[in-house]
Amino acid sequence: MMRLAATTVALLAAPATAQEALLPYEIVGDTIPKSLTGAPGDAERGRAVVVKRESTCLLCHSGPFPEQRFQGDLSPSLKGAGARWSEGELRLRLVDAARLNPATIMPSYYRIDGLTRVAQNYRGKPVLTAEQIEDVVAYLMTLKD
Amino acid sequence: MTPATRFAVAIAALPLVAGAVLPSPAAEIPLNERRSAYEDMSRDNKAMQDDDTSNPGILGVLDGEMLWSTPAGASGKSCADCHGDAKSSMKGVAARHPAFDPVSGRPLDLEQRINLSRQQDQKAPPFAAESKELLALTAYVAMQSRGEPVAPPDDPRLAPFIEIGRALFNARQGQLNLSCAQCHDDNWGKSLAGNVVPQAHPTGYPIYRLEWQSLGSLQRRLRNCMIGMRAEPYAYGALEYVDMELYLMWRARGMKMETPGVRP
Repeated sequence: MMRLAATTVALLAAPATAQEALLPYEIVGDTIPKSLTGAPGDAERGRAVVVKRESTCLLCHSGPFPEQRFQGDLSPSLKGAGARWSEGELRLRLVDAARLNPATIMPSYYRIDGLTRVAQNYRGKPVLTAEQIEDVVAYLMTLKD
Repeated sequence: MTPATRFAVAIAALPLVAGAVLPSPAAEIPLNERRSAYEDMSRDNKAMQDDDTSNPGILGVLDGEMLWSTPAGASGKSCADCHGDAKSSMKGVAARHPAFDPVSGRPLDLEQRINLSRQQDQKAPPFAAESKELLALTAYVAMQSRGEPVAPPDDPRLAPFIEIGRALFNARQGQLNLSCAQCHDDNWGKSLAGNVVPQAHPTGYPIYRLEWQSLGSLQRRLRNCMIGMRAEPYAYGALEYVDMELYLMWRARGMKMETPGVRP
């Protein structure tokens, strides 16, 4: 009986793991001061995330990516982002820019609620993982000029 | 305060409503600033559209011309048996679709109108959505409006559906939480990863899209954008698409029809 109850709990829990819950974070002013994962990101991996097409960054932004033929100009260049913003400011702008400006075209890269008609294969998933957010923040912080 | 000023004041006040779900602040493109995506194409692609001997959409048009005069269904009648020469009878028809259909109480797009006539008049089964036949016949009919201004019917019964289409155009959707208007009203002319963002005027449908290597409908194009936003596309024939088509044609009113348009 105990085992049956345990199995039931596991079955009920299964859909929840399919829709991975986001890590909690605290907003202070216009920043998320602390790393989402608790660990610092890796700038080199962060650059790779930024230039990857599925990440969608370069659809709208350009930056110091001479090898990337296709870059957008709907949004400011990422050049100098690490000089214009603090780490915590960049983190909130990646996680949920709409919190600062509801009309922004910048997607919320770490958010799964309050969205409409999300395609089935993306449902319940953020655009980037917490690790990827930290890697991108670490990379952007290196863009000082 | 005039309604226009009141609207402007309401829009200006929007950013003050913190935390509310706000509509896009997109302003509609002034009529005299509208341009067809044709203008942004390479010289080669423009030449391809302009010359009927090189425009690949013309092959579909020729198939459509054949279908126009081929009897179909239990009636044994062809389109031509009732409508005569499409060059005169269909001139301007595509430019005023979607049009209001009193029976369903809704707007019908040109593909739906053709299929309705197939069922009611020819007693034939409707063509499948996005089938070669439906695209061909639609392209043939729509080409008879080439050079004509887009002329949405001045029909008050369409007004609520234009508003639904407008709301859909401005609604944020998908994992990327974008609206159509954020790109096509607010950022047209800019580069989306190297591609010029068009204003999204449906003046050339069905279009021959080089990426597709075939003719395709406006609904197919709308689905492409929804997939790009990582949104769940509606099924072909969904009312939402027809309302958006209606809004987009209203938005393109007065612009010149180009069917069959060529696009990269």
